[in-house]
Amino acid sequence: MGSGTEIGRVRGLGAAKSGVGHWWQQRVTAVGNLILLLWFIGSLVWLPALDYTTVVAWLRQPVAAVPMLLLILSVFWHFRLGVQVFIEDYLHKEGTKLLALLALNFYALAGATAAAFAVLKIALGA
Amino acid sequence: MAATMRPRVRPLSPHLSIWKWRVHMAVSIMHRATGNAMAFGAVVLFLWWLIAAATGPSAYATFYNVATGWFGMLIGVGLTWVFFQHMMSGIRHLVMDTGAALEVHDSKRFATATFVGAVLLTIATWAVILATRGF
Repeated sequence: MGSGTEIGRVRGLGAAKSGVGHWWQQRVTAVGNLILLLWFIGSLVWLPALDYTTVVAWLRQPVAAVPMLLLILSVFWHFRLGVQVFIEDYLHKEGTKLLALLALNFYALAGATAAAFAVLKIALGA
Repeated sequence: MAATMRPRVRPLSPHLSIWKWRVHMAVSIMHRATGNAMAFGAVVLFLWWLIAAATGPSAYATFYNVATGWFGMLIGVGLTWVFFQHMMSGIRHLVMDTGAALEVHDSKRFATATFVGAVLLTIATWAVILATRGF
């Protein structure tokens, strides 16, 4: 803690008026995941087989490709938020924490983009 | 400004060392453990599956052979349980967010129910898989 007046020390450290945003997005994506992952697991269980031809034919249908894209968005955003809290709780050194959060963001964004691209390639491919 | 100095030794929350293992504590830790297991385990396997399907039959065959082998099946059963455990404790979180089930007795019962529910859902899912596919 530096010196200075009380107001000077807390200025800029108070509520940023966005504290509930993280919490709320975690809940919205939780409900999204609940619906989309039950659909996903149900689909995998009920598909006649899980070989290449069956899976690709399934993902070519808009009724499968669209929920898959939504699932990718919801799941990757949800775990990005969750792991962020995990990192903030256990990594206390500022530099390590920053690097971990940076790596998490890159991992989530790269993963989501690769997954979405794969779905689109199957769904829109010739 | 405040004329009195703040005391140097301030009261702290109970530390990890004096906590007792309780079911509602276990469910909380499991929620975090299963979430991270999926973020770094299931997500990677999901990416492998999707990218293999987008790449072509031979790339998919590599994934398929591993996934349907005994080790792949073991991981599959494990991740099914991990998902259902996270789902059940996640639903518990959503319920508790509304202010319900916060009493110690209800909280404990609900926590136990997440463990029982996750195991039952895993058994049910794999019973259907084994019955319909007969791996």
